[in-house]
Amino acid sequence: MRSEAPLTLKLAAFAGLLFLHLPILLIFLYAFTTEEQTFQFPPPGLTTQWFGIAWNDRPDIWPPLYLSLQVAAVSTVIALILGTLTAAAMANTRFFGREQITLLILLPIALPGVITGISLRSAFSIMDIPFSTLTIILGHATFCIVIVYNNAVARFRRLSGGILEASADLGANAFQTFFYILLPNLGTALLAGGMLAFALSFDEVIVTTFTAGQQSTLPIWMLQELIRPRQRPVTNVVAIVVFAATVVPILLAYWLTRDGGETAGGGK
Amino acid sequence: MTVADRLTTLFWRRPTLLLTLLLVPPLLWLGVVYVGSLATLLLQSFYSIDEFSGLVVREFTLKTYAELLRPSNFDVIARTLLMSAAVTAASVIVAFPIAYMAARYARGRWKAVFYLGIMLPLWSSYLVKVYAWKLILAKEGILTWIATQTHSQFLIDAALSLPYVGGNSLSTSFLGTFLVFTYVWLPFMILPMQASLERVPASLMEASADLGATPAQTFRSVTLPLALPGIIAGSIFTFSLTMGDYIIPQIIGTSANFIGMAVYKLQGTAGNIPLAAAFAVVPIAIMLVYLSLAKRGGAFDAI
Repeated sequence: MRSEAPLTLKLAAFAGLLFLHLPILLIFLYAFTTEEQTFQFPPPGLTTQWFGIAWNDRPDIWPPLYLSLQVAAVSTVIALILGTLTAAAMANTRFFGREQITLLILLPIALPGVITGISLRSAFSIMDIPFSTLTIILGHATFCIVIVYNNAVARFRRLSGGILEASADLGANAFQTFFYILLPNLGTALLAGGMLAFALSFDEVIVTTFTAGQQSTLPIWMLQELIRPRQRPVTNVVAIVVFAATVVPILLAYWLTRDGGETAGGGK
Repeated sequence: MTVADRLTTLFWRRPTLLLTLLLVPPLLWLGVVYVGSLATLLLQSFYSIDEFSGLVVREFTLKTYAELLRPSNFDVIARTLLMSAAVTAASVIVAFPIAYMAARYARGRWKAVFYLGIMLPLWSSYLVKVYAWKLILAKEGILTWIATQTHSQFLIDAALSLPYVGGNSLSTSFLGTFLVFTYVWLPFMILPMQASLERVPASLMEASADLGATPAQTFRSVTLPLALPGIIAGSIFTFSLTMGDYIIPQIIGTSANFIGMAVYKLQGTAGNIPLAAAFAVVPIAIMLVYLSLAKRGGAFDAI
């Protein structure tokens, strides 16, 4: 097998990777600019004052941050339970309707978010359910299930059925097998799936605008700042926080599943 | 015998019972919350709006669907589909070298670099990415600066003077919208493409070369057909995501409507839920056709 890539291929691949990464770096740079009205490049001067201002003088940032954390945490827990149950049922079985169930789980991320959003919104309004934190969570948990499912089902498939039978042969009942054998083996896959689900929920904006009513999550706050900016560098500071809140879980998820055949995050 | 033991025996004797118990909670959730909502939406698309009172008339009619064919509405659909197709095509071209490099040549540490290099932009915040492009495309921003430094402003001007896609500046033209869409959805194309390329055995390409094919011939008649399922799988994502997005065209581009924006505006300020629902059914219908075609092409093995 050839081990050296042609030069043009190398160049095209690295140019592509740079295209994917350079724009994000700009976000970091602009958090330090002294210019607050325009996006002037190069920045006329550098300062760290915006971090202090974001922390001390912008009380409008905190409620959306708390709401986002709360929504992401609850949605992740729901998705963990439902996703693991589905994965347990689907991993090593064949039954009638199995393909339809796979499609059903995939659908919330295969169809555009705007569809999920408006469907939920019209269902809520028909049933007179007022918009609240709960309605946001309903939407988020729905599209997070598939993330947990993908991670869990890959681990289930790798897990040999033998150890579950061995556990039963040695006299463990179903619950003991679940807690002592299955859960420890699934652990890292679930942790990885949970973290990806958290990242996805924390960052979601399209479905949320339909299900949030008057409340703002952090992405909705950011969207409002994008449309009507004030103190642009402060938006950059928040963008860095959002970036970190999504990237750290992904790195952890990668690290947790790095030596398995499956690596986390394949299906978003 | 404890309850736990009894249940164990029961599950052992009747495996379908366990299966059912496992599946009921998730299916109930997805069935009620998701499918229920989709059905409500579908139902509303068969209602219409009273032109005088502005209220929703809850009677079955196809009037609302007929409204989609009005020139102003039909333009929105055509524009969205063109944009989705263009974004998909551009993603294929930009993604291929990255996917090929990652699948064929990257080993050891480089494999990890490529993996994270694709995964991080895929998962990092959507809004942060869109915001980054607002910074780049701004008139006083980095792109203009680079163009001035390298005396290549005429290239941007030439692109902007193109009919239809051009405009006053990149941030207010279809060209800008297209750039941002391609950037944001590109990783969704790379991953399935890479997965399908990884499954092409290297020996097949060597055999092709041994039999006298030039690299270009090998690429055309061996690599590309085998990578096709991955490309189709990737196109499902890029096409569907572009079709439903309403934030990117709102922040970067002309103020012309796309399907997502039409849905958002119609249900919000206009209060015309039936038409919004009918608009929303368009991407659903297209994606269902697309998915069934893709399934025949074997694309699902690559996801």
